[in-house]
Amino acid sequence: MTIEIKRLKKDSLPRLFAQLQAKGRRILAPHSRAGKTGFEELSSSGQVAQDYLQTTLSPKSAVFPRCEALFRYTFEGKEIKMEEKPEPAPTVVFGLRPCDAASFAVLNAVFSWDYPDALFKSKLEKTALLSISCRQADDYCFCTSVGGGPGDTRGSDILLTEMGSGDYLAEIITDRGRELVQLAPELFQEAPAPGKEKHLAQVPVKFDLKQLQEKLPKVFDSPQLWLEQSLRCLGCGACAFVCPACVCFDLQDEANRQGGVRLRCWDSCGFSLFTLHASGHNPRSLQSQRWRQRLLHKFSYFPDRLQTLGCVGCGRCSRICPADMNLLEHLKTIAEAS
Amino acid sequence: MEELRKKARELLERGAVKVVIGYGPGSAARTRAVFVRKPEDADQLILNDQCTQNLSVYLTKPEVKTLGKPAIVAHLAGLRSLVQLAAENQIADGQVLAIGVSPEGKLAELPDLKAVEAYLAGFRFELSPEEKAELDKIERMTAQERWKFWQEQLARCLKCYACRAACPLCYCERCLAGNNQPQWIPVASHQTGNLEWHLIRAMHLAGRCIGCGNCERACPVGIPLSLVTHKLGEEVFKNFGGRPGLSSQQEYALGSWKLEDKENFIG
Repeated sequence: MTIEIKRLKKDSLPRLFAQLQAKGRRILAPHSRAGKTGFEELSSSGQVAQDYLQTTLSPKSAVFPRCEALFRYTFEGKEIKMEEKPEPAPTVVFGLRPCDAASFAVLNAVFSWDYPDALFKSKLEKTALLSISCRQADDYCFCTSVGGGPGDTRGSDILLTEMGSGDYLAEIITDRGRELVQLAPELFQEAPAPGKEKHLAQVPVKFDLKQLQEKLPKVFDSPQLWLEQSLRCLGCGACAFVCPACVCFDLQDEANRQGGVRLRCWDSCGFSLFTLHASGHNPRSLQSQRWRQRLLHKFSYFPDRLQTLGCVGCGRCSRICPADMNLLEHLKTIAEAS
Repeated sequence: MEELRKKARELLERGAVKVVIGYGPGSAARTRAVFVRKPEDADQLILNDQCTQNLSVYLTKPEVKTLGKPAIVAHLAGLRSLVQLAAENQIADGQVLAIGVSPEGKLAELPDLKAVEAYLAGFRFELSPEEKAELDKIERMTAQERWKFWQEQLARCLKCYACRAACPLCYCERCLAGNNQPQWIPVASHQTGNLEWHLIRAMHLAGRCIGCGNCERACPVGIPLSLVTHKLGEEVFKNFGGRPGLSSQQEYALGSWKLEDKENFIG
């Protein structure tokens, strides 16, 4: 599949939004509240957050909301009546970064693993990713250490790169991307001069992934290492909740005499009760065990079982962590240990 | 800063404590908690305006406790949390050595609860004019406006429990939010679940919270929790007198009865 290159003028954004919406697309884009950014349904491009290097919350809520109904039901006498599931609206996620676009494949790997999750799939199939590459990076970013990059096209349907003029170099990557262009073809104009690389941030590789993956299984039984790394961890769920690749969930049933709903809610392996068994036994009763699991899950178990890393190097976890755990630092320590 | 490092080194060298819990350099311009166990590592300790986290949250973390008797670098809020933890029997006298840091940055070695309480007695604990003004703004809203305001703020809540994890006084090994037999609070981050979580946490903190701000700083979506914690402090002071975290003998305002308690609401 060849990538077509077009120019999208900066002042075309309002019209692009309007035309996509006119053709029935719901647009999720970065929006700022109380100084934090997340992806929300926006009615105009004027509401899109400006000047964000990376959003606080990830776009995973487009296909994996923080609280979603798996099914609803009402009781009719002795019968249970299931409610019709609403069709997901066709959605465009706008303004996500290349690391975020790559994370959708990670989510999909889990939701296709032993059981194809119909609810997730139905949303994923209706979701197009219109990403914007990175002109800036900070010390928390490490996409290039995990196989990504500030202008990487993996996972995006269209990738926009802002050029000096303010206009975007638009790469139309997939059939879904081409479909989107067809909804507003006059806005995608003749290709600009090639060479998007000069508009991208420099993100140096910060650790050797291969070395890390070789060392990880060897340090599983190093209780001192895990204790040292996790002493300041508070055991909150912030890292898992802002992570675009974290997908653990909790099922909650809420019902009364009239009927009820089964909800799927975000969960975190950092919580102390995450692995509490009904017997009362907890195989990860210590924070150090939970920290070890977080690291190994993303960098060892995921590649082993799902042939994909569980991390895209977006850095959100480290930016938001109230205890400044800084995952990247810990990864480097392990990769560089003799 | 040098004085702090010297003190830490000296405490560790003479075996007065097994670990010094303080601030060290973190990512970007941040600071983070460090757990210094060797005298030669005392140079890790720093003290500047970025050192805002109330480190007393670590005093009840199980794996931190395994390190042995700690010295803890504590600003006024950290000291008050320490005293409140003692009032709630989470710390025994003499189990923690406090290195108090005054608002001007002056250090004071406080070896026991009596010393901490005496030190705290020299300060006034009132909201600043700016903090009072913020509460005032909410109080002048009608009930409808206030409901709308909080529904908007709480709509962002993810139920990540960073507020709980960061709080020095949320030390319950089994938080009631984790119970599902019975399910006291909906786990889900919908309107009811979010409201109930924050209401329960506020009620469990009333009379105990000293307003350190750890919760607000930890919140990934910027919910203005200090409005709640400051309001709680003012209400308790108004209705019961006294502020938490100043005496290890202080009784829990909502759990103790006094002859002078108001009965104007009883039929």
